Amino acid sequence: MRKTLIESLIRRPLAEAPPAPDEAALKELAEGLDRAARRRLGRSLAIREVDAGSCNGCELEIHALSNAFYDLERFGLRFVASPRHADVLMVTGPVTKNMREALARTYIATPDPKWVVAVGDCALDGGVFAGSYAVVGGVSSVVPVDLHIRGCPPPPAAILKGLIALVTSTNHQAVRG
Amino acid sequence: MALIDKIGGVKVEAHRPWPRVVVNEAGWGALIAKLSAGDLTLLGLWGEPNAVHMAVLDEETAEIAVATIECAQGSFPSVGALHRPAIRFERALRDLYGLIPEGLPDPRPWLDHGRWGVRHPLGDREDREEKPPLYAFLPAEGESLHQIPVGPVHAGIIEPGHFRFTANGETVVRLEERLGYVHKGIESLMIGAPLDKAARIAGRTSGDSTVTYALAFARAVEAALKIEAPARATYLRALMAELERLANHFGDIGAICNDASFALMLAQCGILRERTLRAADACFGHRLMMDRIVPGGVAHDLSAEGAATLRALLHELRRVFPRLVELYDNTASLQDRTAASGVVRPELARQFGAGGFVGRASGRAFDARKRPGYPPYDQLKFDVVQLDAGDVNARVWVRIREVDQSLNLIEQILRHMPAGPIRIEAGAEARSGEGMALVEGFRGDVLAWVRIESGRVARCHLLDPSWLHWPLLEAAIEGNIVADFPLINKSFNCSYSGHDL
Repeated sequence: MRKTLIESLIRRPLAEAPPAPDEAALKELAEGLDRAARRRLGRSLAIREVDAGSCNGCELEIHALSNAFYDLERFGLRFVASPRHADVLMVTGPVTKNMREALARTYIATPDPKWVVAVGDCALDGGVFAGSYAVVGGVSSVVPVDLHIRGCPPPPAAILKGLIALVTSTNHQAVRG
Repeated sequence: MALIDKIGGVKVEAHRPWPRVVVNEAGWGALIAKLSAGDLTLLGLWGEPNAVHMAVLDEETAEIAVATIECAQGSFPSVGALHRPAIRFERALRDLYGLIPEGLPDPRPWLDHGRWGVRHPLGDREDREEKPPLYAFLPAEGESLHQIPVGPVHAGIIEPGHFRFTANGETVVRLEERLGYVHKGIESLMIGAPLDKAARIAGRTSGDSTVTYALAFARAVEAALKIEAPARATYLRALMAELERLANHFGDIGAICNDASFALMLAQCGILRERTLRAADACFGHRLMMDRIVPGGVAHDLSAEGAATLRALLHELRRVFPRLVELYDNTASLQDRTAASGVVRPELARQFGAGGFVGRASGRAFDARKRPGYPPYDQLKFDVVQLDAGDVNARVWVRIREVDQSLNLIEQILRHMPAGPIRIEAGAEARSGEGMALVEGFRGDVLAWVRIESGRVARCHLLDPSWLHWPLLEAAIEGNIVADFPLINKSFNCSYSGHDL
């Protein structure tokens, strides 16, 4: 253990330079976010992840956000265990019919103001699962979505860019507004 | 006597590489008797609108066969009545096809939560409008028992499912799982799909095993169409499969330790996992290597720079990983949590035919790479890791040793990789056949079965090892404390998506 710890102390951190916010995400976010709400929250957002039928590929990459390379928490973003503690719902999957009610109830359980980020191609429109009897197809058909992050699955860097766009646009507009 | 002769019945010619026979009720009954006596192992059980298939394995000879019973009356003798591992297969089959397993001891629905708007979506479809019925959990009786309902939305970044604990104080008396929340109707999407689309769907059955599923599907298609992937493609496939195994084992080892509140291991293993995924991305253009394996070969070759990236990765992993293993082994507080908790008895692992680290930590040394085996593993040296303790610690150690094996395998693959083409045209147009494959993923053996008609998928069934792991988790938690459930659950790391389909 000593060697591992000492190495951690003397080496440069693995955390990489923060990426610029995603332009497309900024554009999507510019429309329809509640400015007053953003001012209250500043740069810190608590995220509750909800798998609404994903293949678990997106979950793997969302998990990776917490590793030493991406170190999500340095941006004031952290994952929380309950929707009651969350500002952001991060939803993956094509929304299976068996998960529709659970997703809707999780949304209701999240206090206002809140945002929904849909991660992955399935969450946009059902992806490869669109058209099945068991799938609703797209998160926005169940709860309102503020930001879509595309990819199958989107790599952590892409998810991070989207989230940074969320906090950045929150901050800018809060200062302006 | 060969397995096929023991089963009897009428052989179906178009089924490869293992035989399929259509049996009558007596033949089906004889098979059930062999399963319940432990002479054969159930690999899977799945349906069609008018027939039920059962894949069985003879553990001694590693022979595999599929038996089919035709259900003219819409029913068949239940396997689960005498052989418990089949119960959930049959509940799912009844939900999807409407076929009745006669004598099935558990009549409750499994995947069908009453929310699809249809009944029997793959059989005789009927519209369904009524409100979803309440699900009756199994009872547990006794003084001062209480229930803890958990899920489907869990506290972490995990897939959805419901766990119903009945506890006496801290001790779990009964755990009952309710799954099916991520059922996406994969089998229905496969029907009529062209091969390239079907391969993409297969690769998204369980994202953490995308390479394994793509490989299993491709091998089943190749068997059905009587084609073989070029030698270089088989090496590239094995390379991707071992990278996937490494990444997942690193993730699991870290996450298990984290659930015992030892976050340092999570951080360190997370670094190794990330390095592995980045190397995969550099070599194959996708971190999880999705859609890189296709029927007929692979879609992406390995360049000289790619090989150099992998050698550098091997060097780094071999430098750091042994130190983490030592850390795991020497931390008493961690061992205190993992040793002797969540025990799966060897008899149970054998009865359920548990694969992967769940089976291999409980004395069942089955590895599809060795037996029945597939190229290029017949050309490579590796050992099947087997431990007997069956606890969380044993499941961690199986993973640790498999990491070492995979590192050696990757080294051998890089050294012996033949030159040549990486893909042959599947040439599927107007061709038909049935094929099956068994491929070893990080979690265990994934079974793929496919019927191709005129170059399109007519039927496809994909079977995740989690089907047979989930029931063992229920058994493993009994008598443990509620607080150890996350740890024990993580040591299984069952797939929800792979199970729910």
